[in-house]
Amino acid sequence: MENRPLEYDYTVAKMFMLTTILLGIVGMLIGVILAFQLAFPEVNTILGSGLAEYTNFSRLRPLHTDAVIFGFTLSGIFATWYYVGQRVLKVSMAESGFLMFIGKLHFWLYLVGVVAVVVTLFMGITTSKEYAEFEWPIDIAIVVVWVLFGISLFGLIGIRREKSLYISVWYYIATFLGIAMLYLFNNMEIPTMLATAPDGSAVGGSWMHSVSMYAGTNDALVQWWYGHNAVAFGFTVPIVAMIYYFLPKESGQAIYSYKLSLLSFWGLMFVYLWAGGHHLLFSTVPDWMQTMGSIFSVILILPSWGSAINMLLTMKGEWQQVAASPLIKFMVLGSTFYMFSTLEGPIQAIKSVNAIAHFTDWIVGHVHDGVLGWVGFMIMAALYHMAPRVFKKEIYSKSLMATQFWIQTLGVVLYFTSMWIAGITQGMMWRAHDEFGNLAYSFIDTVTVLHPYYTIRGVGGLLYLVGFLMFAYNIYKTMTSGRKVEESELQNASPMGA
Amino acid sequence: MNIAELQAYGYFALTAILVVVLYGYIYHLYSKREDANGHDYEEYSNIALKDDITDAPVSAISDDKEK
Repeated sequence: MENRPLEYDYTVAKMFMLTTILLGIVGMLIGVILAFQLAFPEVNTILGSGLAEYTNFSRLRPLHTDAVIFGFTLSGIFATWYYVGQRVLKVSMAESGFLMFIGKLHFWLYLVGVVAVVVTLFMGITTSKEYAEFEWPIDIAIVVVWVLFGISLFGLIGIRREKSLYISVWYYIATFLGIAMLYLFNNMEIPTMLATAPDGSAVGGSWMHSVSMYAGTNDALVQWWYGHNAVAFGFTVPIVAMIYYFLPKESGQAIYSYKLSLLSFWGLMFVYLWAGGHHLLFSTVPDWMQTMGSIFSVILILPSWGSAINMLLTMKGEWQQVAASPLIKFMVLGSTFYMFSTLEGPIQAIKSVNAIAHFTDWIVGHVHDGVLGWVGFMIMAALYHMAPRVFKKEIYSKSLMATQFWIQTLGVVLYFTSMWIAGITQGMMWRAHDEFGNLAYSFIDTVTVLHPYYTIRGVGGLLYLVGFLMFAYNIYKTMTSGRKVEESELQNASPMGA
Repeated sequence: MNIAELQAYGYFALTAILVVVLYGYIYHLYSKREDANGHDYEEYSNIALKDDITDAPVSAISDDKEK
């Protein structure tokens, strides 16, 4: 026992890998159901009109977004942190009983939070703030979970052997700080029980239901400062942390330019926080704030592309690896989609383009090429890279992984192309008018025209879900029946079975 | 000068300062090969590439303590 060599301890990473996959399936399945509800409204009552309350679009929609954001993505962030963190700091969680305890507590409390969220949202208990639907007791639980994540993060950094923090650790720290700040400020709320009417008399609300402490335009501003930066610190920053570790590691190539990674980091930190105003173009917020949102969104191309180009250049001279390894394919396509959606976003934030794009399906398309193509691909790639190392098994099937890659790529392409067409059609039809200013179309005209594209979107989403199930199966088989591998096989490229 | 005008000057000054800081940082990064600790910036990529628990750290904490 005494002489056993020190090893990294992936217990907590494995736990979060499990929730990444489970909540990924839940979130994406609900997403596919929602997509088909939009194309075929009768799906809203698929379990009969008695259960319509639980199956209709409006009840399921927050479950989809929250399962994907706070379930799949957040679990993926935690899973990779508990893997990458130890390795780049060169310290094992086995060295600290305290951090191990905190890590496990972090997981179990997170799971309790997930259950509470699923149950309350299904019951229709919600604050009705987009991406911040959880009622106040759950918000408090989430803050505790987040503090535990912080203790894990800074605790591990505190006992490290490697003095310099690798670029990925910078991004994980930014994720922690960013979300902490956003979540706290946006979720300032009071139970309606404590609320009073303007004359000071009690209104007799409920202890469970709460109202935001902001109102009107202020609420909108805080909401989209939060909403857009949730994309920044949930879907961008931690995913960049992942690619900065996993792509160099899997390909065996040093980052093309470490300096560029530092520069992009500070650029992203500075610019991203100001871009949220683009969600409120042509609304009641001050005009200068809208312009600022637009300008910062356009500038955002620079740091985003700084990271993405750095990743693509890391593969310089090694492009045969993209053809040979499905795992590298996921990451290279992921960073390509990152470039693509960080170009698309700024274009949509330009006021004249936004006049057409606002409130249309093009926005939905934009979110999904980012989340399916970049976040989803990168998290799956990270888990594929981790699986042989945490389970000491070869990845069950390379051909299954390659098939999954192509099915999902097709799914993403169908998704965003149909939403482009639908969105622009919608935007143009809403604006169209005759020479007297009478609107040329009624709302139902747009619905009729969009139906085929909604169907294509549903099919695209379904393909992605099928691919995700193949991923889940591949990881499950890796755990249970993959060939055992030696430490020496795990240096760079992950070992894969046929 | 009213508050709006003051805000506008303040906003301009802040933007200008941040631009100078950012370009200063770019100049600082690209004019030097090594950071303050005497490490070539590009060596830090090895933190990921050589990350087994038995690998030697790029800059070890213990070195620091010996100094």
